[in-house]
Amino acid sequence: MYNQPHPLEVKVLTRRFGLPNSRSIDTYMANDGYTGLKKALEMTPEQIVDYVKLSGLRGRGGAGFPTGLKWSFVPRTSPKPKYIMVNADESEPGTCKDRLLIENDPHQVIEGAMIAGLAINAEQGYIYIRGEYRYLIELMDKAIEEAYAKGVLGENVMGTGKRFHFATHSGAGAYECGEESALLESFEGKRGNPRIRPPFPAVAGVYQSPTILNNVETYSAVAPIFQQGAEYFCGLGSPKNGGTRLFCVSGHVERPGVYELPMGTNLLKIIHEVAGGVRGGKKLKAVIPGGSSCPVLKADECDINMDFDSLAAAKSMLGSGGIVVMDEDTCIVKAALRIMRFYAHESCGWCIPCREGTTWLRKLLQRFHDGMGTRSDIVLIGDLSKNMLGRTFCPLGDAAAMPTIAFVEKFRDEFEAHLDGKPCPKENISRLVAA
Amino acid sequence: MADPVTMTINGREIQAAPGTLVIEAARKNGIEIPSFCYYEGYSLQAACRMCLVEVEKAPKLMVACTLPVAPGMVVHTESQKVKDARKYTLEFLLTNHPLDCPVCDKGGECELQDMVFRYGAGESRFTEEKLHVQEQQWSPVVFYDGPRCILCFRCVRACNEGMGVGALGVVNRGSVSLIAPNHGDHLECDECGQCIDICPVGALTSGTYRYQTRPWEMEHTGTICTHCSNGCKTTLGVRNDKIIRGNNRDRSGINGEFLCVKGRYAFDFYDHPERLQSPMIRVNGKLEPVSWSKALKHVAEKFSEIKARNGKFGVIGSNHTTNEENFYLQKFVRQGLGSNNIDHKRTGDVVTLIDALSGTTGTLATTADLYEGKTFLILGADLAIEQPFLSFQIRASMRHHAAKVFVVTSKEVREDAYAKKSIRKAAGSEIEALEELREALAAESDLVIVFGSSVKGEAVRKLVAFGESLGKPVKYCALVDYSNSRGAVDMGLMAELHPGYHPSETPGMTLPEMLADETLDALWVINENPLEAAGLASDKAFVVVQDLFLTETAQRADVVLPSASAYEKNGTVTNVCGEIQRLQKAVTVMGTKPDLEIIGLIAKEMGLAPAMGPWVSETVYGEIRRSVKGYDIALPLVAMAAQQTAPVNGRVNVADKSALIQGAHETLFTSGTLGRYSKVLNSVIEKRAGMSLAAQEESHV
Amino acid sequence: MTFSPALEARFEKFLAKYPADRKRSALIPMLIYAQDEVGSITDELIQELARRTGTTPMQVTEVVGFYSMLQRKPMGKYHVQICTNISCLLRGGDELWEQACKKTGLGHKQVAADGSFSLEEVECMGACSWAPAMQVNYDFYHGVTPKQLDVLLDSLAAGKKPEEIAEVKKVSC
Ligand SMILES: Cc1cc2nc3c(=O)[nH]c(=O)nc-3n(C[C@H](O)[C@H](O)[C@H](O)COP(=O)(O)O)c2cc1C
Ligand code: SF4
Ligand code: FES
Repeated sequence: MYNQPHPLEVKVLTRRFGLPNSRSIDTYMANDGYTGLKKALEMTPEQIVDYVKLSGLRGRGGAGFPTGLKWSFVPRTSPKPKYIMVNADESEPGTCKDRLLIENDPHQVIEGAMIAGLAINAEQGYIYIRGEYRYLIELMDKAIEEAYAKGVLGENVMGTGKRFHFATHSGAGAYECGEESALLESFEGKRGNPRIRPPFPAVAGVYQSPTILNNVETYSAVAPIFQQGAEYFCGLGSPKNGGTRLFCVSGHVERPGVYELPMGTNLLKIIHEVAGGVRGGKKLKAVIPGGSSCPVLKADECDINMDFDSLAAAKSMLGSGGIVVMDEDTCIVKAALRIMRFYAHESCGWCIPCREGTTWLRKLLQRFHDGMGTRSDIVLIGDLSKNMLGRTFCPLGDAAAMPTIAFVEKFRDEFEAHLDGKPCPKENISRLVAA
Repeated sequence: MADPVTMTINGREIQAAPGTLVIEAARKNGIEIPSFCYYEGYSLQAACRMCLVEVEKAPKLMVACTLPVAPGMVVHTESQKVKDARKYTLEFLLTNHPLDCPVCDKGGECELQDMVFRYGAGESRFTEEKLHVQEQQWSPVVFYDGPRCILCFRCVRACNEGMGVGALGVVNRGSVSLIAPNHGDHLECDECGQCIDICPVGALTSGTYRYQTRPWEMEHTGTICTHCSNGCKTTLGVRNDKIIRGNNRDRSGINGEFLCVKGRYAFDFYDHPERLQSPMIRVNGKLEPVSWSKALKHVAEKFSEIKARNGKFGVIGSNHTTNEENFYLQKFVRQGLGSNNIDHKRTGDVVTLIDALSGTTGTLATTADLYEGKTFLILGADLAIEQPFLSFQIRASMRHHAAKVFVVTSKEVREDAYAKKSIRKAAGSEIEALEELREALAAESDLVIVFGSSVKGEAVRKLVAFGESLGKPVKYCALVDYSNSRGAVDMGLMAELHPGYHPSETPGMTLPEMLADETLDALWVINENPLEAAGLASDKAFVVVQDLFLTETAQRADVVLPSASAYEKNGTVTNVCGEIQRLQKAVTVMGTKPDLEIIGLIAKEMGLAPAMGPWVSETVYGEIRRSVKGYDIALPLVAMAAQQTAPVNGRVNVADKSALIQGAHETLFTSGTLGRYSKVLNSVIEKRAGMSLAAQEESHV
Repeated sequence: MTFSPALEARFEKFLAKYPADRKRSALIPMLIYAQDEVGSITDELIQELARRTGTTPMQVTEVVGFYSMLQRKPMGKYHVQICTNISCLLRGGDELWEQACKKTGLGHKQVAADGSFSLEEVECMGACSWAPAMQVNYDFYHGVTPKQLDVLLDSLAAGKKPEEIAEVKKVSC
């Protein structure tokens, strides 16, 4: 962990973090490791799926889809081989938790993936790790080797005669490859363009075969669910938003860091108590609650429970758990611009609205931030975003449009303050190179 | 088939087969849903988002090109919401588009222009700087202008899926994505130009057509390509009596919009500077231009004289002339000159196949069968290179019907890449591989066998016996090489066969026999170049040559008569599968005459016109209908679409002459004499030679 | 094309991870590890990996163009990547970037004449809570100040190994 843990944390997924040699299989097994798998080995696939449903676990990759339900979509009678895919592409700005889960407790990820394998009779799993995380690939490779050596992975899983193989796979730099279908294309050695859906990965995933695809944190939660009980896990949060969640707090706080807290923890509590409050005693201006794709919350909207449903009700999202805190000195236009630059750079180029929309918005916001904006540009920014919304091939277009719409709607005054040739009123640095 | 689905589009109840895409269901009912990326026959992309429609009860607009119909579905394709979405998609699209319509080749035929006209977005709110990329030339015929490209990926799919070549790809990411050729800055491909044609905008343009004309200034003539035997329809764009381009955007022929490099570009031989435009007579050893009347008179006099003294004629007909010309020629030779010495360059063993099929369940395959079929056996043919359209059909069947392909050839072929099984056997011994395939072939529900010229004579009989033993009706295609090779056989340009496969009671001399006969009195060659490779044994022979160019044979002639090419006349031709199609005159080349007219005028000069009948294509066709089995098809039907000539079913009792058969093995970039005079084909060949030289040099380093 | 025995062994391992008829899956991992050894994705490398993965050079070229970590031209011995995405931006990522530009005289994706350094302004690298972050080759550095950046670059230029630089700790193992 690169930050101090906080007493308010409820350590479930991170409970082995900080133990000596925490990532070794010995430490893992000495601390409940692979007992969840043992339990699952005695269950039928249906029971496993039901158990996950019971835990109230929802996907930690962004969309928050109920995990047990997703697993139940896999056609188990299909004659094709089935696959498990772990999404470790972690590239949503504001998010840095999967990295810690792999770094500190790789076996927990493997165990989760193996339990998923049992749920659909898959015998092969892969973990797609973003290329920048080279050290994690090596680390995970070591963990996998250990698991094979201990007879956990392989042709005879824990002596049960079951088979499960697991391997790492390196990405090479593309945010879009975190999107599940683009990840699958990339995994097959192609450009990371998303696939037409349906069919979803559950039906046609890896090599067009039925596949369970989840985020690292999701799999990491599966292991403790089976180790410590689904009811226990669920009870940490609420029935529909079970368990704990790794919140990545970044930006203008005193103690940025990744903290494991119960689902539904109040956002202000996270900012002020866990993360030590806004840096330098400044006033809170805005918070992006779940990674850059999520519509921003104004300071007065931040008294909110951090779970999927509460944020959806506030027309934002819990996303990937990346809480980006902005203080009163932050230029919202600059933030909007930087985020749009990201999406324009990462748009795969497949569909017109996303490809052209993000680029246009990037140019427009750049000009605007440079002080050459007009009043009609403000309308245009919102308009263009709305013209992308819901019309793109994959959700990347929405991910670019939604926060932009919120920025303009909620901070219109800041946009207006940039008008009439006035350079950014908040900061004297207005440099932001075009990507 | 499952019950059709009933649904509503724009208030109209329609029915469609389950699984049909909404965009197709709408189009079949006359409701046009716009699309850039959706293209019938190729894989789905859902990339352009132009086909968004409103579906009642759906939370957002739906993509019609990937949405299957569902019972009770209610779709609106032109609601305000939909129109707005399209308008804004276009607005996005135009942000990086140069809007250089006035100088763009596609202007007037551009799908983007049409869409903007229909949905607005003409005035843009985009005031930022556009991306700039230099235009690139990828090959003699392919140019790419990146900024005009809308990234619909049609070209990539046409090349990958349609052609099986995969020479185009997408590079970069996001808004700087571009289409790129397979060799860094240039293409190495079939140069078929499909990518250019399928491009909805002016991003890919043709080296031969660019900046030549505005599309609306052309007239369009649908005719048949005169190169290989596949018989593709080509629509020639003509302005001021000049052919400017060939394509098939209306997809009205057997080949849909397919054309290979020859069909699309190699019409250009017709106005080559060396084209013959005046008759010539040899005077003091030199060919001198003379008038038509003088030349014809001279030929007639000589022919009459030789006929009168019972001299020996040798007549060599063409693989490119029309059925009418061929029929009239053999009739004139047999009845007018009283000789059976008539032949043509034989390129495939159709005769044995037809004989062998007699009394079996086997039939001849049509070009449609090559798409509809689900199992194919290719014997002794480099299909993708020598029979471009046929191989295109089989690839399409692969994509759409998961067809299984089996290949037996002497060397690697492109079909290997997707064949279930490829077997290497020396040319001539392909059928030795049949037993090895028996089990696999017997397991399939159907079979189409396509075989090249190395499978001939006995081998064809064994092949048919094998097909018969599989216990299902098998379809066959004996490959021949040129645009009317099949018609030449059907029309009896054969020493031993009269039209309609009637054996001759007194078979004449075959082509090699004529050339080898030292006592030959006259050699009459119609659009063929036999002396390119062989000598003429008879010194005294009076040689008459009808041709477009001064070929090796024409150079030996005593009289040269300039004839019109296929693009300059009417008539019919029969393709490799026995489908008859109509040629339509597109242009006139001064000084030339169609071969039919030339033959007729010679007959007239000889006083044989009344016996021969008029040399009018339609009249001759009438006679063909009456006397050639399988050809009794009304001309208007032929004019409308290709018609299968019902193949004869009965023994063809002639001695086996299959030894005479020799495949021409023309490649994509060659086409006998015609190819030599095509600027485009030559430029492509030169470019490739240059490239392989460079590659050689590189490998030396 | 020949590779080091270690890379060959790695390739073999990669190819064994996927079903026998899915060699193409190994393409991207092979590309990125080969780039580490070869220096960039050369035409020759494209040909070679196409051959080994049963793809065409065109297909490999398409892939290479998509991924931002795959470079057609060699980057510096030390490829300095600085994140300026939102979380880093809020904590001085762009000052860090400016400092890097100033210090090296290089811009985005530029390589020093002697091949020692190259710069790249990159997107979020998964270090948001420890911003501003940067990577030199595959090593992460968290919470870097412009001053630390100077020290780091100077030390690297002086031939020190990353692990020998006490003032600026790389955080990943
Ligand atoms: C543009 C885009 C990027 C994404 N990036 C990631 C990512 O980096 N990691 C991740 O786990 N999910 C990412 N997702 C979400 C995945 O598509 C998918 O929903 C998720 O991995 C499923 O796992 P879960 O159900 O466990 O959340 C992304 C989605 C989109 C649209
Ligand atoms: S395939 Fe044959 S008939 Fe068709 S365009 Fe090419 S040369 Fe002409
Ligand atoms: S035609 Fe449907 S998205 Fe292009």
